[in-house]
Amino acid sequence: MVDFGGWDMPINYGSQIEEHHAVRQKAGVFDVSHMTVVEIAGAGARDYLRHLLANDVDRIDPGRALYTGMLNDRGGIIDDLIVYKRDNSYRLVVNCATRETDLAWMESHAGGFAVDISERAELAMLAVQGPEARNIVAGLLGGARADAVQSLKVFAFAEDGDWMIARTGYTGEDGVEIMLPGPDAVKLWGQLLEVGVAPTGLGARDTLRLEAGLNLYGNDMDQEITPWEANMGWTVELNDRDFIGRQPLINQQHNGHRELVGLILEGKGVLRAHQTVLMPNGEEGEITSGTFSPTLGKSIALARLPAGATGKVDVEIRNKRQPAQVVRPPFVRNGKAVYKEV
Amino acid sequence: MSEIPAELRYASSHEWAKNEDGTVTVGITDHAQDAMGDLVYVELPEVGLVVAAGDEAGVVESVKAASDIYAPVSGEVVEVNEALEDEPELVNNAPYEGGWLFKIKLSEETDLDNLLTADQYQAQIDSE
Repeated sequence: MVDFGGWDMPINYGSQIEEHHAVRQKAGVFDVSHMTVVEIAGAGARDYLRHLLANDVDRIDPGRALYTGMLNDRGGIIDDLIVYKRDNSYRLVVNCATRETDLAWMESHAGGFAVDISERAELAMLAVQGPEARNIVAGLLGGARADAVQSLKVFAFAEDGDWMIARTGYTGEDGVEIMLPGPDAVKLWGQLLEVGVAPTGLGARDTLRLEAGLNLYGNDMDQEITPWEANMGWTVELNDRDFIGRQPLINQQHNGHRELVGLILEGKGVLRAHQTVLMPNGEEGEITSGTFSPTLGKSIALARLPAGATGKVDVEIRNKRQPAQVVRPPFVRNGKAVYKEV
Repeated sequence: MSEIPAELRYASSHEWAKNEDGTVTVGITDHAQDAMGDLVYVELPEVGLVVAAGDEAGVVESVKAASDIYAPVSGEVVEVNEALEDEPELVNNAPYEGGWLFKIKLSEETDLDNLLTADQYQAQIDSE
């Protein structure tokens, strides 16, 4: 067990690699109740979020979710989050480690908007992920909730009472994330384990998200890094609205910027965060997240490199240079290798 | 509870040592492999390398982290466990048998006396 933003959380329940394979091949469940759930209501909610977030909530209809950064005045990423759009309000799920910073930032920019910002600390959250995840969950729930689990499109959600069921995740596999009252979560957790769903810890959560090419806040992005530098350009909607961080992003787009790319190690060892990447032209970059990929049987990483990095690079591991190939993430989707060499 | 065979000697840095006629087989303890989690890479010393007790002699890496391996005794590395290159998980599955790391031809017989007994190593783990 480790302390994770004030929560006691398991790195693994048994073998981390077996937990990883369970999610890729069948189904695993993560207790992600540490995630912070915030609701934005009021007549000004839409205008407020269009100002607060780099992606535009107008891009989606009610019942849909959107991944976005929340940026500071310099275009740096305060947090990455998912916003769920309802008919008359929104729900945000933000990171646990950034909870206080996020809430303070949201409050400090609410002036002038008719919004009510409230945390839903009483809600737990379970992520059930894997190729069989939705079938298994639907079988346990029955009724309207089962129908929702079976029929939801990717990045869509449905609500039933205090439950919100969303077809989202952080693993590169199919599955759902369910926000629900704590006692309901305890019951569902027990039911899932009884039918053979693998309890999965933070360790496998990290190897799965890295194989899926998904960023981890604090590793791959922080307040000094813009979405352009974090492979999150697709989450920026630069239309004519005025959102926080917009002008610095436009400036950086003109001036050029580093890029977050994937690496596959061809030499010996394991890629880890903060190792130095040496480019053939003498420039340097840095690994932001690295691990051993259980699916590929190779070491993989995300690395921030000067613009235009392609081909072979070297990574300094214990004072030796080891060759690596630059690739475009994700590395793995739906159980299969999908990366492309660049 | 991790396994700590009574007939072996132990370094406080979690290596075990087994002396057979002056050749000492070295591995990491059951406690160490359990704390590391699934091993995915083992870097072994070159055969012929001469080490002093306490020198770095390799690295084991799990999905979680890398950890240095120290020579528990002084001498020359005479054999390494090449099977670990393809199957690092042997260290997890059989830390005292198929998961051994390397063998050292002992140069200082008294080095063994500086290592912990099974009881002493157990006491160290209990106090960590």
